[in-house]
Amino acid sequence: MSLPNSVPVSWFLVLAALLFAIGVAGALTRRNGIGIFLSIELMLNAANVALVGYSRLLGERTGQIMVLFVMAVAAAEAAVGLGLFIAVYRQRRTIDVNRLNLMRW
Amino acid sequence: METAIFLIFAALALGSALMVVTHKSPVYATMSLVVTLFSLAVMFVLLGAPFIGALQVLVYAGAIVVLFLFVLMLLNISKEEHQQEGQTVHRWVALLGAGAFVGLVVPLLYRATQPRNAGALTEQFVSIREFARDLFTRYLLQFEIVGLLLLVAVVAATVVARKPPAAPSGAPGADSPVSEVEP
Repeated sequence: MSLPNSVPVSWFLVLAALLFAIGVAGALTRRNGIGIFLSIELMLNAANVALVGYSRLLGERTGQIMVLFVMAVAAAEAAVGLGLFIAVYRQRRTIDVNRLNLMRW
Repeated sequence: METAIFLIFAALALGSALMVVTHKSPVYATMSLVVTLFSLAVMFVLLGAPFIGALQVLVYAGAIVVLFLFVLMLLNISKEEHQQEGQTVHRWVALLGAGAFVGLVVPLLYRATQPRNAGALTEQFVSIREFARDLFTRYLLQFEIVGLLLLVAVVAATVVARKPPAAPSGAPGADSPVSEVEP
């Protein structure tokens, strides 16, 4: 049951930062709506890793419970967002965000 | 041993995350996201949160990714995103932003954790019983709010994604006042 803590927590935090950066780059460069959503999920997961890492570091379980809430919010966000994409696709036959400029100006 | 596991799965997570971001086909990108999520589940177990790891597999890899795949299947956009050039400046700016983020945050995180070291994992920290006790006592209100949020999200998703009622013929079956949008 007891794991020796041979891996420093800071490594996990660095991993979280790298994953978040990859997610940011993806959200900025993807043009497919679904791709942007995947990048956002990546960023949420990076935040989760950081939360659990600090929870481990501080010996406090609040971070883990926060991760539970983040997961629920991510599920809600994915459901609503994908529903929006379906509605948009029905009208415009595309979800390429460069061509969805109806509400831009 | 833990270091080896960490390095293997960290490399796997980063590599598949790059696949998520760069792969042209959304289906392959989603499948790479599954690999990332599984690797992160391993990370959670290494950090002494096995319950969160299990939830990661069940909720993320099991439910959310399936939702993504379903929508991809419904919309049939597996061969979208034909690259037009002129996007390169955009791409470099995004890379620069991400690089700047890493450059700013990594030293910060490293310094924030440097003096302290995590204590040994205790039975009490890992136990799901204590987790549930915290969740249903200290955080009960937040838990209920999240439940309400999920309910609202489900209702909103069904309302938004529903086929709009046939407007031109004034179909008698169309009883919904929402989204009477004329295309």
